[in-house]
Amino acid sequence: MTAWLDHLTIAPILVPLLAGTLMILAGGQRRSFRVGLGLLSTFALVVISVMLLQMADAADGAATRVYRLGDWPSIFAIVLVLDRLSALMLVLTAILGAAALVFSIARWDRAGANFLPLFQFQLMGLNGAFLTGDLFNLFVFFEVMLTASFGLALHGPEAARVRASLHYVAVNLTSSLLFLIGVSMIYGVTGTLNMADLAERIPVVAAEDRALVEVGAAIVGVVFLIKAAMWPVGFWLPTTYGAASAPAAGILSILSKVGIYAVLRLWLLLFGDSAGDSAGFGGDWLIYGGLVTIAFGSIAVLATQNMGRLAGACIFVSSGTLLLAIGTGHVSVTGGALYYLATSVLAIAAFYLLIELVERGRDVGADVLAVTREAYGEGEEEDFDEEEEPGIAIPASKAILGLGFMGCALLLAGLPPLSGFLAKLAILAPLFETGNEPLPDTTWAVLIALIASGLATIVAMTRAGIDAFWAASTESVPMMRLTEITPVIVLLLLCGALTVQAGPVMRYMQSTAESLYQPAGYVRAVLPVPHLPETEGDAR
Amino acid sequence: MEAVVSLAIGMLAGSGVWLILRPRTFQVIIGLSLLSHAVNIFIFSTGGLRIGVPPILEPGGVGDLARHADPLPQALVLTAIVISFATTALFLVVLLAARGLTGTDHVDGRERDQ
Repeated sequence: MTAWLDHLTIAPILVPLLAGTLMILAGGQRRSFRVGLGLLSTFALVVISVMLLQMADAADGAATRVYRLGDWPSIFAIVLVLDRLSALMLVLTAILGAAALVFSIARWDRAGANFLPLFQFQLMGLNGAFLTGDLFNLFVFFEVMLTASFGLALHGPEAARVRASLHYVAVNLTSSLLFLIGVSMIYGVTGTLNMADLAERIPVVAAEDRALVEVGAAIVGVVFLIKAAMWPVGFWLPTTYGAASAPAAGILSILSKVGIYAVLRLWLLLFGDSAGDSAGFGGDWLIYGGLVTIAFGSIAVLATQNMGRLAGACIFVSSGTLLLAIGTGHVSVTGGALYYLATSVLAIAAFYLLIELVERGRDVGADVLAVTREAYGEGEEEDFDEEEEPGIAIPASKAILGLGFMGCALLLAGLPPLSGFLAKLAILAPLFETGNEPLPDTTWAVLIALIASGLATIVAMTRAGIDAFWAASTESVPMMRLTEITPVIVLLLLCGALTVQAGPVMRYMQSTAESLYQPAGYVRAVLPVPHLPETEGDAR
Repeated sequence: MEAVVSLAIGMLAGSGVWLILRPRTFQVIIGLSLLSHAVNIFIFSTGGLRIGVPPILEPGGVGDLARHADPLPQALVLTAIVISFATTALFLVVLLAARGLTGTDHVDGRERDQ
């Protein structure tokens, strides 16, 4: 039995891979088979990832489980590494996947021939990116994830969607090329791509080569920040996500957090306190980038009049907040940031799903002024087969939608009593515990940024909510199915559970942050034998 | 040889960057292809530029980078080539779809001054 449990680490990659392949082999005709298999695989992923989370949490101290493919020594093998952070991301991915898949069954999976297989490959790419232990496989899984997301974002050939996808694909292909440049520069100097091995070698890189490693790392960092939609490189996000179909946008909302995950993992591992001369490299960039992203996101939140773009702007705010919190380089703040990450991923996914249901009952874009529509180039709005059996009207559906919307607003703006507030508190509180020393300027900047962005979000959400629920010109009841509203409610209830169970959840997040700040445990788990390079720059 | 290779990388990358900043989708895709060639040669060059050294060990031999080429960049290049091939093909599909749906080959889906 233990032998089976050892292989559980790779299951989050294999299960969706097998399911997706079987779906393609079965062909597009057998819809019920595909749906059944998709549900089976996605719910199996939820169970597996929760088991992995428990395993990662149970082993205290050395919480890292290493899976070496083919049992080669770690420096040669393709390694998968499971620790608290990757387990947390796996659980979030699985939950979002399950919610978005159930939502899509109502009708979205018919929008194109291969929605369901692409969805599985998307999950596979995400899980792989969270599990992998070396830089090049991170690149490979990024590509798997992106290629699937191109397919998902394109689903339903509609002019706006294809146009947004064109930009999305071009931006991401360029960033993949940058990733390769950065990775090969790092390899050229250090002679390894294994993350744990890199963490050991970077402190002893020769002084004249150090700049080259740092440039390589900076280029790779730019790629992650493009994924995380930091300010100057994130303009592709709101358009693409707003144009994507609702379930696709729901799962895409965790894609931006992959960038955050990679920054968190690599920055703390490679440029943590033990990195010698490179320690803390780039931290200021995270702080300033985060601040500017929050500012831009807050303005965007206030400026948009379209709900889909509003959710995109909320992703800006949440990415900026996370980058800022990570950049402060404080263990407890990072713990708070992880809690914030869980909350905001669930809330934004729920919001994307909810938007589709709310907009369904209304004339799409009724709240958008004609002038603005023209400016945004949404003149030729064609709605997706709206006439076709939109489902039954659930009694009090409008009330449920309204409550759900309110929940999303509270979560995203960070107001009490829901977990968004606790998350912001958890980020801010440790910054003020400086004892008798005066507070540094960054603390004030973080405080102002978090409060101002919360205010902007609540103003914009209130306005959108009034427009959608109170000032609607027609009294049409939105038609929806039980399978569509249930995922939204479940996601919001999970946020509620995060609030009620804040104590244990925060304990988990704090121990995650602590293990991230002590990369020695990770390195020792992956490379049991100390493997010091003989001479620095020995690759050449 | 270093000068030739770096010039080649520089020219490919420069042309590629110029092309992906152009407004036509076809120029963008050619630009991406040129850039990916530049990146592939760059990855290859990180293994060191030597002529006539094998990347494979002989039986009984000891791995030594003075007498062997570094095999890892070659493996990375192979993977990168395959992936960029696939993504270029996918971009081509998106390009054709955009051309068909918007009736123009401008990257924004409409001409600027119209």
